[in-house]
Amino acid sequence: MANYNLKINGKTLKTEASPDTPLLWVLRDNLGLVGTKYGCGMAQCGACTVHINGEATRSCVLPVSAVADATITTIEGLSEKGDHPVQQAWDAIDVPQCGYCQAGQIMTAAAFLKKNAKPSLEEIEAAMSGNICRCGTYHRIKEAVQLAASKK
Amino acid sequence: MTKNNSRRDFLKSTALSAGGLILGFNWFGQEASAANIVNKIASEAGNNTFNAFLSIQTDGIVTIFSPNPEIGQGIKTAFPIIVAEELDVDWNNVKVVQAPLDTKKFERQVAGGSGSIPHSWQRLRKAGATARQMLVEAAAKRWNVSASECSTEKGFVIHTTSGKKLGYGELATDAAKLTPPADVKLKDKKDFKLIGSTVKGVDNHGVLTGKPLFGLDFYREGMKFAMIQRPPAFGMKLKSFDASAAKASASGIEVVSFKDKVAIVGKSTWEVKKARDLVKIEWEKAANLESSDDHNRIFKELLDGKAEVRRKDGDVETAFKDAAKIVEAEYQCPFLPHNPMEPMNFFAHVREDGVELVGPTQTPQNAQNQTAKLLNIPSEKVTVELTKMGGGFGRRLGTDYVLEAAELSSIIKAPVKVMWTREDDMSGGSYRPAVRYRFRAALDKQGNMIGYTLRGAGINAGNSTRQDNFPAGAVPNLLIDSAEHKSPITTGPWRAPITNFLAFAEQSFLDEVATAAGKDAVQFRLELLEKAKTSPAGEIKYNIDRMKAVIELAAEKSGWNKKRKGVSLGFSVYFSHASYVAQVAEVVMKKGKPVLQKIYAAVDCGVVVNQSGARNQVMGGIVDGIGHAMYGNLTFKDGSPDQKNFNAFRLIKMNEIPAIEVSFVDNGIDPTGLGEPALPPTGGSVANAIFKATGKRLRNQPFIEEDQKLFESVS
Repeated sequence: MANYNLKINGKTLKTEASPDTPLLWVLRDNLGLVGTKYGCGMAQCGACTVHINGEATRSCVLPVSAVADATITTIEGLSEKGDHPVQQAWDAIDVPQCGYCQAGQIMTAAAFLKKNAKPSLEEIEAAMSGNICRCGTYHRIKEAVQLAASKK
Repeated sequence: MTKNNSRRDFLKSTALSAGGLILGFNWFGQEASAANIVNKIASEAGNNTFNAFLSIQTDGIVTIFSPNPEIGQGIKTAFPIIVAEELDVDWNNVKVVQAPLDTKKFERQVAGGSGSIPHSWQRLRKAGATARQMLVEAAAKRWNVSASECSTEKGFVIHTTSGKKLGYGELATDAAKLTPPADVKLKDKKDFKLIGSTVKGVDNHGVLTGKPLFGLDFYREGMKFAMIQRPPAFGMKLKSFDASAAKASASGIEVVSFKDKVAIVGKSTWEVKKARDLVKIEWEKAANLESSDDHNRIFKELLDGKAEVRRKDGDVETAFKDAAKIVEAEYQCPFLPHNPMEPMNFFAHVREDGVELVGPTQTPQNAQNQTAKLLNIPSEKVTVELTKMGGGFGRRLGTDYVLEAAELSSIIKAPVKVMWTREDDMSGGSYRPAVRYRFRAALDKQGNMIGYTLRGAGINAGNSTRQDNFPAGAVPNLLIDSAEHKSPITTGPWRAPITNFLAFAEQSFLDEVATAAGKDAVQFRLELLEKAKTSPAGEIKYNIDRMKAVIELAAEKSGWNKKRKGVSLGFSVYFSHASYVAQVAEVVMKKGKPVLQKIYAAVDCGVVVNQSGARNQVMGGIVDGIGHAMYGNLTFKDGSPDQKNFNAFRLIKMNEIPAIEVSFVDNGIDPTGLGEPALPPTGGSVANAIFKATGKRLRNQPFIEEDQKLFESVS
């Protein structure tokens, strides 16, 4: 076990975990940040996507020891009031069905749009195709990313 | 759908201590006898009481309790829309709350069979309308006028002649004291304002900001975490285990065993997962360990052997003897896991005085009853709180994962959340059964289908046919039978049970028959429906006109009769779960490969309750249908699935979807469900379009494995 002072969502959060614990489980079990989801545990589905120093990263295979000094943003910290342009677009298009994968989708989209503010449709598809939505809301996700891009 | 509403609804109201109106209602109505697996499960529980519930606060806020489990089908938004429409309240003043299992207040708290909306439509309307009428009466009394002079609008009662108005909140306390009317007038459908509009999901904000909504998000002070090692193959049982290394791996690790399972309990998910890997377990063979090769042999035996006759019309033997042409084909579909994004999990706390269950279940009442039975206590001692579910697709109709949590809690005498990893989930069974179909059709000289046979062969599939579905009734000589192999590999309902593969096989085969008869695919189906109408063979259990209407709408929207250069169209139509869906798939060739560029869907689910939710369900169902037809495959080696996570099991992704255009038939018929009906026709429309484009007839799912060369390098 080791002690960590993690920089998450603009705060420093103290926690104790064994160094190989994936960030996902530190967020969920230790810190009560359950918006980041478990889907596969092997970086295949994207449900656990968070931002590490601004980069969309799969937290289910990322040991907490690797992010001890990193700046971490989770869905809970993407915006203060849930009004990030991507979150607003997701609501406007009414994307979710079950909703389980959507935090990961939003985190991927937000990091992507920060780098590429005016993406083409093909670029959106390429950026978002690592995130699985079992309900099949892909059309609306695509539309929501386009809407968020148009508002920036 | 026929419903027994003969016994009168029972309504009662009580005043809230805080001032306000609570309206509860019970129905003693008999459950509909829909022939689907879900309702069978529901009825097995032995209790089908239903009740909806709404309260109005003095500040005008209306709370609508939504009793049915939310798995992504949008019921938590759709149900309250119906209540709010008849109540005539501003949607912005409605607060929706998920109700827990309550068998006294509610009936059929089930998510499955696309049955919630048809079951509850009239009940929800009456709930809203009854409250509305009581509010009108309260206002009329206060103004000393006749209730007939009053109308309602957006949460206000208005005296039409004087223009006086009072908010529902101001009237709620008085209204609650009135005797609920025995009969209420429901709105004319043409006056619907909220129903049929576009309403966003009531949980959107929570979902988009990462609030704890799902089963896996449930944490409780003092709760233990657990994972369970189940037999690694179907047909294996536990021989022995050594937990010494696991117990030494972290503080507080406990290892217990029950029912051929080894449970690892600890203080965090990761510690438990690591400890589980350290338990040394020996398994032994208890039954045949089946492989996919065994299934190939078994299927052949089933297709050639004896079968149970499901429907027989006319004289099939003579029809085939007299045929000018005979068409024969075999189709196959593999086992599939459900793969909801949230894997199975449940929280259980077995105490001396009762049991608390919290988690994602499509059948809370079954969870309650079966837990009570397992622990030998009365059902009333078991409470079930419903969390939002990260998908279900039928997997959460089972209660195995709930009972495991309850049993484990009773053994360790502590509150515990049992979590399945993805590997546990994908190798844990309850799969869509694997099936094969053999079709034969006899054509006369004019290309009329005079004979039709279908043999369904399934592994733990029960009756793998739907013998009364189209084209039954349209063919004078018809024989449908089925055969089944009982396997240790467990199966269960998977979104649109049976029809999710039967529709693909049947609609593709009908395309083959139309081609052999030299007929247009749409005309061929319309001719068959005409025959079903003018000279029906046997009983007809689908609505001919409704099926015809979706066929014609899909043909019109897709420009079926207009030739477009380089564009190949494939047709299918299917009736399932009381709704009708026709599809046209549009394929173009790019660099010599077929590319699915669009699907047109024509849907008849009667009244559309929520445009946004309905479209989302249809599009999602089609994406699901394409994905599994193209890529989904679960194969077995010695009783163990070869695919255990998303690195080996391919789910469809964003860059693989076609455009989808959805059109609804506007016929004002009472609504039916939409969680399933859009999926079944999908495999057929896609396969038929690919045949048109390439001449390759796809008869085996997944398509990508039947002909890799055909699809290679095509996105």
